Amino acid sequence: METKLPLIGADGSEEKAPPRERKVTRHKLHTVEIVSDPGEGAQKCAQIFGAVSAKMGNGVWTVEIIPAEIQPPPRVPAGASGNRIRLGSIPVTNWGDRANIAVVLNEQVLLHRHRLDALEDDAIVLIENMWKDHADEDIRQEWADAMEEISAKGYRIIEVPMEEQCLTVVDDARRGKNMFVLGMLCYVYDRDLELTKEQIHHAFRTKSEQVYLRNVDLLELGFKWAHENLGFGFEVPPTGDTRPHVVMNGNEAIAIGGVASGMDLAAMYPITPATSVSHHLGEIFLNFGGLLHQSEDEIAAVGVAIGASYAGKTAFTITSGPGLALKTEFIGMAIMTEIPLVVVDVQRGGPSTGLPTKVEQSDLLAAIYGQPGDAPHVVMAPATIEECFYSMITARKIAEAFRAVVMVLTDANLATGVSPYPRPALDPSWVAPPPDLSPIPEGLRPYDWDPETGMSRRFIPGTPGGVHTLTSLAHDEGSKVAYTTDVVQRSMTMRARKMAVFQSTLKPPVVNGPEEGDLLVVGWGSTKGAIEEALERAQEGGLKVSSLHLTFLSPLQPGLREIFSRFKKVMTVEINYSDEPDQPYITEDNRRYGQLAWILRAATLVDVDCWTRVLGEPLRPGAIYEGIRQRMPKGGAS
Amino acid sequence: MSQACSLLHLAGEVDREYTMADYEGALARWCPGCGDHSVLTAVQRLLAQEQLKPEETVFVSGIGCSSRFPHYVNTYGFHGIHGRALPISTGIKLHRPDLNVFAVMGDGDCISIGAAHWIHAVRYNVDMVALLLDNNIYGLTKNQTSPTTPRGVKSNTQPQGSWLPPMNPLTATLGVSNVSFLAQTAEWIPSHLFATLKAAFHHRGFSFVRIVQRCPAYLPKLYEEAIANPDAVEVLVHPDGLEAKDLEGVYKNRVRHNPKDLDAARRFAEDDSTVRLGIFFKDGSRPVYEDTRRLPKLTVDEKLQELEKEFDRHAV
Repeated sequence: METKLPLIGADGSEEKAPPRERKVTRHKLHTVEIVSDPGEGAQKCAQIFGAVSAKMGNGVWTVEIIPAEIQPPPRVPAGASGNRIRLGSIPVTNWGDRANIAVVLNEQVLLHRHRLDALEDDAIVLIENMWKDHADEDIRQEWADAMEEISAKGYRIIEVPMEEQCLTVVDDARRGKNMFVLGMLCYVYDRDLELTKEQIHHAFRTKSEQVYLRNVDLLELGFKWAHENLGFGFEVPPTGDTRPHVVMNGNEAIAIGGVASGMDLAAMYPITPATSVSHHLGEIFLNFGGLLHQSEDEIAAVGVAIGASYAGKTAFTITSGPGLALKTEFIGMAIMTEIPLVVVDVQRGGPSTGLPTKVEQSDLLAAIYGQPGDAPHVVMAPATIEECFYSMITARKIAEAFRAVVMVLTDANLATGVSPYPRPALDPSWVAPPPDLSPIPEGLRPYDWDPETGMSRRFIPGTPGGVHTLTSLAHDEGSKVAYTTDVVQRSMTMRARKMAVFQSTLKPPVVNGPEEGDLLVVGWGSTKGAIEEALERAQEGGLKVSSLHLTFLSPLQPGLREIFSRFKKVMTVEINYSDEPDQPYITEDNRRYGQLAWILRAATLVDVDCWTRVLGEPLRPGAIYEGIRQRMPKGGAS
Repeated sequence: MSQACSLLHLAGEVDREYTMADYEGALARWCPGCGDHSVLTAVQRLLAQEQLKPEETVFVSGIGCSSRFPHYVNTYGFHGIHGRALPISTGIKLHRPDLNVFAVMGDGDCISIGAAHWIHAVRYNVDMVALLLDNNIYGLTKNQTSPTTPRGVKSNTQPQGSWLPPMNPLTATLGVSNVSFLAQTAEWIPSHLFATLKAAFHHRGFSFVRIVQRCPAYLPKLYEEAIANPDAVEVLVHPDGLEAKDLEGVYKNRVRHNPKDLDAARRFAEDDSTVRLGIFFKDGSRPVYEDTRRLPKLTVDEKLQELEKEFDRHAV
């Protein structure tokens, strides 16, 4: 469609540039990437653009493109740094498949995106052109080679003299191109310039007014250049959801959720990709009277959290897979001694050090079964950034109600994804009540398990009448070390029974799509948005496929076997490793399944299949769609 | 009936005087002649003398012979996992600075598997008493070499004799920045043991006390000479440390040492030619971790208001 847009002059005057026609196309979902060398500010540009878009009412999902090296040399594919921003006229739940438009500050970072198949075949690429005719012959050659490499794709390459343009405003264009790019994107997507300026002001609030003004000059310059040179635009209408929203990444949501839950102490040791939870806590926790303790190691972090929980209010610790491994002994002790504890595991790629900055869902079995001995506890997984917030409140409540350890599994996809969600309405019940320090009634013992439920009252130090020695050894109701057969069996039964009681309070999961069909896709954690998007495509294509998403992984939500019975086939979709059935040596006897698939097979006795990938990136809806098509039961595929 | 139950009727009695018997927990099941017994007695004497309320006092331990300690004291107790008494103690104090916290560790617990926590606990300088019950051997697991086992001593894991010189917990502690209290005492000199524990309790900060002691089962002869011959022991004395006047008649080797003098303390700690007892170092001016992390107490309403502000910051 051809539209005549009102001209917003870069400097406020309307005469400078002549009105001109451009082709504006309308999209339900549209994806842009901004990619540069580290230090060129692509991420800042993307954050501002994402925030402005959210404020203008779009659904937004922003993910970071993180360099593979700490200090990569300039102009190498491994140095690609920036963001993908997916805009929608519907809430955006995942990063999508491939970008429709990319703004790249050199051809090497473009190669990075090209090689990862991150761009649509017909993507528009706005590229800094200073390298093409660079004085250095090697650079000119690199440019030529890169153009040759990408020529197989039908990208629409648009050269932009970013350096040249920026030098008309600043002396060092390296520190300014990002705002020029922001200006271009504001033109392309019709972003409100005043709102953008406000957002720039906010983003550079710690810098001088001069910095702000210079950035506004660059913004307007980029806008003007795009206006004069780009004959296209994209319209992504707002979602129409007028409720107030908040925007943040999953780690911020965990931090704020932890604070909202009323927990007063978090202990951690830095580990990617969990660390930024503590960055945010470090900034805000004090305002709430909360204490962030950075321990000497992962073990001490959970130990301090347990010590604090034992002494009163439930505390939490934050880690990622390798840290979870180090904490297992202490977690087992908290379960044995029935000290409430919340453990957040922001999962990354494994095994071992693995892929610290990349997403996986491969800690599930370790989280549930990793502790020595039989150690029943709760494992839950938020599926969205919004759920990251609420899950911390839920986790704290479960931990205290059941004297239990609750693990919250998020992942790198949620941790760094930024998306708006409806602003939570404050609820005083979120905040933990003060611990019960009223005198212990005479005769009550520290583990006076209710024989029906396994529940018992906590004895907190400082409570009169509650003096006892808690022990990680097998113990009886009086907390006395006891190895006798009946005590060992009974105490284990009671600790397990609590989990059954907790499970009885859970609702069956909701089936997304028809209640019966050929294939049921089961997911957990951050893949929900991508799975449901893939499902829409499959359903549009006539496939009889539905999905369900599990929040509680241990104990499992009720009703699964009955739901599964209504589908010809059940399959998990997960970001962890499974053998493909047709691979060499792989048989029904030795096939390794996805981690949730193992659990579901054991729990339901249904022959649950799985489609899993470990690509070091979130699952793309398109890839899941292909997986669904491949795995449709015979006679079920259209 | 458990001791916990026998005290229940006392709840709420404010002015009651506690005797040593009030701090008796389960019957101690250490070997006869084990140094742990005399430490237990000295600790119970301290609790009674200081009139510490059992419900406001917590003994935290790890795993090992000495880590059974909390079961034998009638206060709150936390018998945790191997090497981790100090992180638990730190967590308790961060949340409840008002509680009296004692950590009881053996040499394997503190110096080996828990070494990282020990070093960092010295630096955190949490206001608590940490007792290292150092018998130079693993006892509970039956005679394995510990980091403080003297060179050449044979054990089940090093039957040819320990290969390396032992770790010196005193020099290691004094090497950590923000160290605030270090003392060494011996289980066979009850008055010195008690005086040391008392000084440790009254010091505000992380009071680390190494108690050298016998293991009658596996290293019965290690301190035989020091026990039989008082001249093999040297006592550090100072008006700002311990005077130990009652020991003058027996322990003639008395050396004046100002516990503020860190350099001298390090020299004394380094020299292992004698069994040296006393307060090596004491400085109450060092930052105490929980003081640096003092927090405002917020009401639920105040917290919700702060939360509203936080959502404002993220509002779109």
